[in-house]
Amino acid sequence: MASGESSGSAGDYISHHLVNNTQELVEGSSFWTINADSVFYTILLAVIYLLFFRSVAKKATAGVPSKTQNFVEMILGFVDKQVTDVFTGSSKLVAPMALSIFIWVWLMNFMDLLPIDLLPWLGTLIGIEYMKIVPSTDLNIVFGMSFGVMLLVFYYSFTVKKPVVLGYLKEFLTHPFAAEGWLGKILLAGPNLFLNLVETLAKPVSLSLRLFGNMYAGELIFILIAVLTVNYTFADFFSPGGIMVSVMQFILAFVWAVFHILIITLQAYIFMMLSVVYMNMAHETHEDH
Amino acid sequence: MSINATLIIQMVVFFAVIWITMKYIWPVILGAMQEREQKIADGLAAGDRAEKELERAKAKVDTLIIEAKEQAGQIKEQANQVANKVKDQAKSEALAEKERQMTAAEAEIEQQVNRAREQLRQQVSTLAVAGAEKLISKEIDAQKHAQLLDELIAEI
Repeated sequence: MASGESSGSAGDYISHHLVNNTQELVEGSSFWTINADSVFYTILLAVIYLLFFRSVAKKATAGVPSKTQNFVEMILGFVDKQVTDVFTGSSKLVAPMALSIFIWVWLMNFMDLLPIDLLPWLGTLIGIEYMKIVPSTDLNIVFGMSFGVMLLVFYYSFTVKKPVVLGYLKEFLTHPFAAEGWLGKILLAGPNLFLNLVETLAKPVSLSLRLFGNMYAGELIFILIAVLTVNYTFADFFSPGGIMVSVMQFILAFVWAVFHILIITLQAYIFMMLSVVYMNMAHETHEDH
Repeated sequence: MSINATLIIQMVVFFAVIWITMKYIWPVILGAMQEREQKIADGLAAGDRAEKELERAKAKVDTLIIEAKEQAGQIKEQANQVANKVKDQAKSEALAEKERQMTAAEAEIEQQVNRAREQLRQQVSTLAVAGAEKLISKEIDAQKHAQLLDELIAEI
């Protein structure tokens, strides 16, 4: 697979594949730097998603649907059902958010299934030395999305829970442990605040790191499989041992790719569902307690 | 692998994607789906209604047929009764007529017979008398023979 890179060790190959192609926006600033490859692919995939769904939406008919429309409606119906099952409030935003996350994250994850060196190799042809093609293996991308979800959660927590703003703050001090009387309330305020802070911090971290971990590990395994033949020359592939290793590499990559189809779908689904669950918590009012 | 401005870009794109989906994709497609659902539901309801209507019509037809059969039976019965009555009447009338004509005929015959007998008697008596006169014109005891003749006439 990596026959083009006959020079360089396996270690180089691996680290090569795990480094983003960065561009500094501000000279010498490590924060004002963008991962050009991640940004490029994430926007590309977003555009693909939006154009495809928009084209279907434009031609959407209540009569007999085309096959494409049918396919899109199947996804929409699935997402809609999941959202209505989990989300008890009423919001025009949650279902579209869930759909966007599901499809977009799935597309990002899907990049993992493309032959690992295909796009980077095409990149070298136009002078890009290296790139990472799976946006969801970039911490910035997954945190960008989970922070986005959290911003929405905060927005709705502050506006939906009554009284506005104070309702959410009050929940921080009076949940999950509720007490009768002012003494109990004061005593429990500390533990409640602590638990709620931990919970609130854990939400975006678990949301993003779960996706990141799965995709990063998955990609790493693809890289390790690819490493099997990393220093092979053309002749090596046809030596008796080389054939065996190549066949093994093919089988391993194939099996892992099949298995990975499940993982990318599952992870996209989990990211979507957790976001909906968080949004549901933001819309919940604890008046019944 | 460090956090950098990519995060901010991704967040902005994230909101943009959601906003576009919320504005231009989700409501349009879901609207079409719901409209179709409504159409299908309406169609099925119409089908159900039509089926019920058909059943009702069938039941109505059945009762109508039964009623018609009953009526037909009744009419047939009445017709039979009328026919029988007419037949009986005609028969009895015919019998009475026959009786009447027969008695009339009999009476006529009787009359004729009697008249014939009377005439015959008279003719025979005159004939007998004439014959007797001719046979025994010489010696006749009119009185003796008159008795004889009367006996003869009575016998005829």
